[in-house]
Order: sequence, then structure tokens, then C-alpha cells
Amino acid sequence: MSKAVLVDTVKCIGCRGCQVACKSWNGLPAEITSNTGSFENPPQLSAITFTRIKFNELQHKGKLHWVFTKVQCMHCQYPGCAEACLVGALLKSEEGPVVYDEKKCIGCRYCMVACPFSVPTFEWDEPLPWIRKCNFCFDRLSAGMEPACVKACPTDALIIGERDDLLAEARERIANSPDKYIDHIYGENEAGGTCWLYLSPVPFDELGFPSLSSTPVTVNTERAIGAVPPVVVTVAALMSAVYWIARRKKKLEQENHNQHNNGTKEKVTE
Amino acid sequence: MMDRKDKFPSGILILSILVIVSLVLLFIRFIYGLGAATNLSDGRPWGFWIVFDDMCGVALAAGGFTLAGIVHICGREKYRSLYRPAILTAFLGYILVVLSLVVDLGQPWYMWHFFIYWNVDSPMFEVAVCAVLYTIVLALLFSPAVFERLEGLNFPVIKRIKWSILLKIVRRIEIPLIIAGIIISTLHQSALGSVLLLMPASLHPLWYTPVLPALFLISAIAVGPAMVIFETIISNRIFGHQLAQDVMSGLVRYIPYILGVYLCLKILDLIIAQELGLLFTAGHYSLLWWGEILIGVIIPLILLSIPTVRNIRMAVFWSSVLVVAGIIFNRFNVALFGLAMRSGYTYTPHWMEIAISVGLVADAMLVIWLAYRYLPVHTDEKTSIEA
Repeated sequence: MSKAVLVDTVKCIGCRGCQVACKSWNGLPAEITSNTGSFENPPQLSAITFTRIKFNELQHKGKLHWVFTKVQCMHCQYPGCAEACLVGALLKSEEGPVVYDEKKCIGCRYCMVACPFSVPTFEWDEPLPWIRKCNFCFDRLSAGMEPACVKACPTDALIIGERDDLLAEARERIANSPDKYIDHIYGENEAGGTCWLYLSPVPFDELGFPSLSSTPVTVNTERAIGAVPPVVVTVAALMSAVYWIARRKKKLEQENHNQHNNGTKEKVTE
Repeated sequence: MMDRKDKFPSGILILSILVIVSLVLLFIRFIYGLGAATNLSDGRPWGFWIVFDDMCGVALAAGGFTLAGIVHICGREKYRSLYRPAILTAFLGYILVVLSLVVDLGQPWYMWHFFIYWNVDSPMFEVAVCAVLYTIVLALLFSPAVFERLEGLNFPVIKRIKWSILLKIVRRIEIPLIIAGIIISTLHQSALGSVLLLMPASLHPLWYTPVLPALFLISAIAVGPAMVIFETIISNRIFGHQLAQDVMSGLVRYIPYILGVYLCLKILDLIIAQELGLLFTAGHYSLLWWGEILIGVIIPLILLSIPTVRNIRMAVFWSSVLVVAGIIFNRFNVALFGLAMRSGYTYTPHWMEIAISVGLVADAMLVIWLAYRYLPVHTDEKTSIEA
């Protein structure tokens, strides 16, 4: 069983209490940004911003929508980052969260490149930099508490529970008000499924969510890694065989040559 | 000897200046962090260093295992004179790759972590293990050149050591070492392709394919001999050796076959994925793809298939340059241009990134220069493989 969070963007009022709660629980400083003509701030996730609310103003079926979407680590069921990390600093925990252990990290940033949701960030201006990302408040979860952002949400747009229960809940909400929601739970199947699930009144690609297939991003890599032992055996056998044949050929040539030489010598002596 | 000494200092001076500049820049990078010396960002976490120093560096070091295979496994004695230079440049290439990782990693002082924390599912783990093992293998394979030289020296401590015994040991294990080297290289070259397999969502479909590891390996096998020819002709010019024409034209004869296989596999893969149309409809991505294929595959394939071309020294040289340029182009496409950035970011390499890479290459060129002057790199008559 794995813990999950259901984000109901219809219920979200864009107060960004979750953003603030995340900062204060994780002890993160404020970002210095400039006004971009939107309430949306800061503009990107960063090493000091693990979650943020994205403001989307759009038209869908002739109706104006102002949709607030929470961005943070999706805590994939088959996390690309954890597959990528050569020292295993990123791990998918049994409880669901994908957690980071900076005691192992060497700063190669492969996790950042491998993440299909563009989540992990890096402390670019530190001489001793680490990877930073939302860790699902793993410390709070372990103590039986909700993640800071969920706790702070005043409209229950964020609720935590078992993933299966939340999927059932999401399906029920869609069934009960098909006019309010589109029939798509983002995260149910994307990239093999994620622990953060989203409901929306408009199609997710219009909200900037990446359109991902239901195949985990790790599939081809696993296949390639699985091919390593047979490749080792094949190349070893092939090279030994070629070496043996080449040497044998040379030896035979040498013998032929010698015989030929001996033959001519004998003829001469006769 | 004397006139060579006099001919060279200007080149060495320039290389030394480049090295010193890069050392100063490295100081900035380590004191103020990666952000100060690079244009890397959360949107583009891997940039010029990873692509040029590592992806290209490893591919261009492929001369080591290809020549070792041709000379020692297939027994083509004709190419023996190219074997040691190839091993030397491969070894230096790998040292460069490791050094560039020291520069690029956020916490290079924890590099050793991968010796104790293993994630065997990670392609990067495979890359790291192969890099370390192959560097050791290459060092051992080149060590006879050093031992042969040390044996003749008359310095106090060095004189005492029985270099001939070490030499004998290395010679005894040379063939197993070479086979191990070929296995490790096969894994390493292909693993760099596997690294990119984790990016199905961000790598452009013109380049993303499950057979990426095979493509990386085959292109490396093609560029190996080309790189050796390229380096040899340049070093010949500098050191006044002359590579026999039939050795050169014989070695490049293999290249068109490998490039042909590579091209077929690439096209076939696009056909199977039903993405052949992207060759013309993907805007600048199509152009990049055609650039890489024309420069690095089609033109050298045609040129090197013509016997007359193979017998002209400069034609062989420039064809090899094309193959080398093509693979560099390919690695840049696959790991930089074709790899989508996070939205809201841009990336052009910082001049310090380029200057530090140039400094690393200058390091290697200085070492090669020293090795050619002081070590028996080209004379390899003593080596025998009768085990």
C-alpha cells in the first residue's frame, strides 16, 4: 500500500498556504523575484522552493477557467530519478514517497535529467551543492502526521490517503459531477502511475502537465541493463574464439612455410 | 633531436597557457559553485561538459579497444605500429573523462561513494564501473612502454627495480587484459546510450530509440580507427614519422562497412517506429539529423569506399576528420540539442565551460607530446604475444 495525495483543482482557491507551509516546515528561505504580472510566484521550482501553485487562465468549452495547479514531486510508482541515481541516494520507499539521502549523493544530476516531471533541483550557487526536492514530508508521515502542505490546505483541495482509496474517491467525484470535472485522473497511469493524483475541470495538457504514456520511463533502461550479463558472455566467447582462430591460422601458415623451406632445402641438398 | 626541440616551444607555450587559464577558472568553479562558472540551470542540468568531455570523450577513445582487437585478437600484425599510440590516447581520453567528472560533479570529493553505495539498476553505475575498470586496463596495457624505458635508466632507485619482471608479468596477462578491455568498452560505449534511455519524454523521437545503446557502440567502433588515423597523421607531421600508406588505407577500409551497418540500423529503427516522416517534418531537428548523418556517415562512407581515395593521404585524413566530426555532432544532438529543456529556461555554454574543457584537452596534448618524446610509443618491436 502506498500513501498518496489527491489534488482537486476545482476546490483549490489559489491561497498558496501550501507553499508557505512547505517553506516553513522545511526551513526554506524566501525567493527574491520580480513581478511578472501574475499572482503566480515564484516562477519555477528551485532548490529553495519544493512546491508552488501555478495559475492558469484559460477557456474550455466556451467558459473561462482560472485553475490553480500545485507543482511538486509526483512521487512516481516507477521513479526515473531512483533508477538513474548510481549511488541510490534517491529511493522509492514502501510507503510511497520517493526520498533523497544526501549522505550518498555525489551531485551528478542525472536524476534531474531523468525526471519526466522536471522536478529535482540543484543548489547551483553553493560550493557544496545538493539535490533538493519535495520528499512528501517523509519525517511527518513517519510520525503519523499529514504532509505540511496537506495540513495547511483550508479547502481540502489536498487530501491524503491510500492510493487505491483516493483513486476510488476521485472516480466518485467525477461520476457525481461530470460537468465539473473532465474524465481523467492525472497520475493514475502517467509514467506508470504517481502518488500525487489530480482532478481538473479542463484537459491536463492545457494546464502544462506533460502528456506521458502509461509506460514507466524506466522500461527500456531496465531492458538494457538486463542485457549486460549475456553481452559480457557473448563478447568474451567471441573474442576468445577469434583470437584462437587467428593464432591457429598463423601457426599453420608458419608450419607450411617451414615445411616449404625444408622441402626446397632438401631438394637443393639432393 | 635538437631541431625538434627548437621547433616546438610555441605550441607547448600555447598549450601551457590554456592549462593555466583553465586552472584559474577551476578555482572560481570550486569556490563559488557550478552556477558561477557555467550557464547550467535546473532546466539544463547537463550541458557542454557532459556532452563534449564525457559523451564525445569516451567515443573518441574507442581507438584503444578497436585497435587492440584488430592487432592482438584478429592478429593483423600490419597495424601493430598504431596499437601503442591508440592505447595511449585512449588512456589519456579516459583520464580526461574522469577529470572532467571531477569538474562537473556537484560533490566530486564523494566520487568514491559509488564503490560502496551500489545501484546496479542505474546505467550511470555501469558507466562509472566501466570507466574505472577500463582506465586500469589501459594503464596496464600501456605500462610496457613505461617499463621498457625505465629499464634502461641509470637513476639510483629506478635502477634497483627489476622492470623486466614487471614487463614479463604484463606481457603474460596481455591477451586476457585485452579481451577484458574489449568487453568493458563494449559495455561502456553502449551504457552511455542506455543513460539516455531514461529520457523517453524529453529526448526527441528522431534520436530516442530502445536500440540507442547499440547505435552508440557501433558508431564508436566506426570512429575508433578514424580517430587513430587522425591522431597519427597529426603526430606524424609533428614528430617526423611517416605512417606506411598501405597501413593507413588498410585500416580505413573497414570504416564504410561499420558506417553502413550504423546507417541501416538508424533508418530501419525509424521505419519500425513509423517515424521516418520526422526526417523532413521536424524543423530544425530534421536539419540536425541530416547534418550528423551527411557529415559523419554518408559522405565518409562514400569517400572511403573508393579505392583511389583510400590511397591519397590527405583524402584519408579528411575522411577520418568527417567521421570524427560526425560522431561529435551525433553526441551533441542526442545529449544536448535533441534533449528538451524544462520550460522557461535557456542554455548556451558559458565561456568558462568551454575554456575549462579546452584546458583539459590541452592537458592531454601536453602529456601525449611528452610521451612521444620520452617513451617508446611507436617502436613496439619488442612486444611479442606468444604466451
